[in-house]
Amino acid sequence: MTMREEIEAAAARYPSRRSAIMPALLIAQKEHGHLPGPVLEEVADILGVERIWVYELATFYTLFHTEPVGLFHLQLCDNVSCMLCGAEALLGHLEATLGIGKGETTGDGLFTLSTVECLGACEMAPVMQVGDEYYGNLDAMRLEALLEGFRAMAVGRAASPEPASVRPRGE
Amino acid sequence: MFESVLLKNVDLPDGHLLRSYEAGGGYGALAKVLREHTPEEIVELVKQSNLRGRGGAGFPTGMKWSFVPKQTAKPKYLCCNADEGEPGTFKDRIIMERDPHQLIEGLAVSGYAIGAETAYVYIRGEYVTAIRRLEQAIAEARDAGYLGRGVLGSDLNFDVHIHCGAGAYICGEETAMLESLEGRRAQPRLKPPFPAVAGLYASPTVINNVETLACVPHIVARGADWFRGIGPDKSPGPKLYCVSGQVRRPGLYELPMGIALRELIEEHAGGPLPGRKVKAVIPGGVSAPVIPETGLDVGMDFESLAAVGSMLGSAGVIVVDDTTCMVKVATRIVEFFHHESCGKCTPCREGLNWAVKVLRRIEAGEGTAGDLEQLDMLCKGIFGNTFCALGDGAAMGLRAALKHFSDEFVAHIEEHRCPFHS
Repeated sequence: MTMREEIEAAAARYPSRRSAIMPALLIAQKEHGHLPGPVLEEVADILGVERIWVYELATFYTLFHTEPVGLFHLQLCDNVSCMLCGAEALLGHLEATLGIGKGETTGDGLFTLSTVECLGACEMAPVMQVGDEYYGNLDAMRLEALLEGFRAMAVGRAASPEPASVRPRGE
Repeated sequence: MFESVLLKNVDLPDGHLLRSYEAGGGYGALAKVLREHTPEEIVELVKQSNLRGRGGAGFPTGMKWSFVPKQTAKPKYLCCNADEGEPGTFKDRIIMERDPHQLIEGLAVSGYAIGAETAYVYIRGEYVTAIRRLEQAIAEARDAGYLGRGVLGSDLNFDVHIHCGAGAYICGEETAMLESLEGRRAQPRLKPPFPAVAGLYASPTVINNVETLACVPHIVARGADWFRGIGPDKSPGPKLYCVSGQVRRPGLYELPMGIALRELIEEHAGGPLPGRKVKAVIPGGVSAPVIPETGLDVGMDFESLAAVGSMLGSAGVIVVDDTTCMVKVATRIVEFFHHESCGKCTPCREGLNWAVKVLRRIEAGEGTAGDLEQLDMLCKGIFGNTFCALGDGAAMGLRAALKHFSDEFVAHIEEHRCPFHS
């Protein structure tokens, strides 16, 4: 399906096309990687809604990126449970290893580093989201292995690193 | 040993698939409801069970359903609050990832009870696996006739759609969720009118949490007496407790409502890490005021926790041990609320910004003698003066930390350093 077709399919789920702005932005971001002005305007035009409505949402919700992000967006949770399990040290490790600070992207465009509020995976704290996957029970060694895995993925030499096993019942 | 009901399927390798759910008797409650009961009887059954909402506020579910006007020309909507954003909480994610049909059956029974033909599951965008699993499960349920037109050959038309959030904690507040679903910034609405009367698209709307809806098929299958027979009279039923932080066995535990917090931590979650002692526990996500170790014999239910100045909230239990600085914990909690404030009202937007600055100063050893008084003044200015409960949650959390761990705050100010860092 084209982006327009996907957005139309999403809009069909609601009695109001304004409701489809958030789903449409998620579709557009998946297509373009981020949401620059022309993409926001295209979304507004497809839905036939005011452009300001689309701008309002794109700048309110943290999962929408109006600026480009790296190929791998490392989103480290540093809320209370992850903080108690060492997230602060992991952030320092990532900053030192990648040579960038929070909110920055490496020069090669490979990694963007962010901290995020709770990812809702506190049972495997500290946890990080990269793309669609959660990586939990992190320590410095596992972080290093993950970065290597992502670098290998970038040159097409490996598949996505194995996500953390979920331990839903304290096992 | 307590029989696991809500988590019965979550450890099955294919617990998310329809065949697993059906093999365990799944969708039997929906079939029974359509065959044997009127919508009014289901509302009455849920009232009798005394099921209270599992999202945080603990409002009686059957009563909430009964507020929906029976005679109305407008469509009625059911919204599932799956925007699980309270730090320390992950129970709904695990239900949706590992047993999504349990939620779908709960939605269908609840939709029948309130007369809704459409349900939206508002699920936080970070939960990619849960979204994917729930999408698959909805498609399976449609193909099997559990959703769609003429559910199981009955007159019921009912369908479920997923609406993905995009990273805003305030969407967990029910009226902000409705704003978001309507395509606006998630800022809370003034109540009344309450959503049951004028909610989504100004139509009657019921909003229930994932865990609440997951309880409904079991109440139908086993009866209100079974449910009411578990835990305390005023807060009955099985309950999911999320345990995380500095504890040996973090995880999700299904136990009776009302279990002692100490038993949950020490016996089920394995107690503190080797060589350490539990210092404090946040019992219900970061909105719930912290409890010092001496208070851990409290029951994990709405009334018992309220009686000791805390709350059950989302039952996200965060364990803090004796190596940790409570000023740092309090600072991180207030930073969270400051970050997530939607900006609609001044006490929350400005007050939390101010509180964060003072707390960071104290934690860095640069606090002054008047800072604790100033924090107290800020809590008074925020609590009870904000549009929704976000500001209250921050103020309550900070007040509890100041009350129970004042010695640590004072030590930071007097020693001009954090005593937990050399």
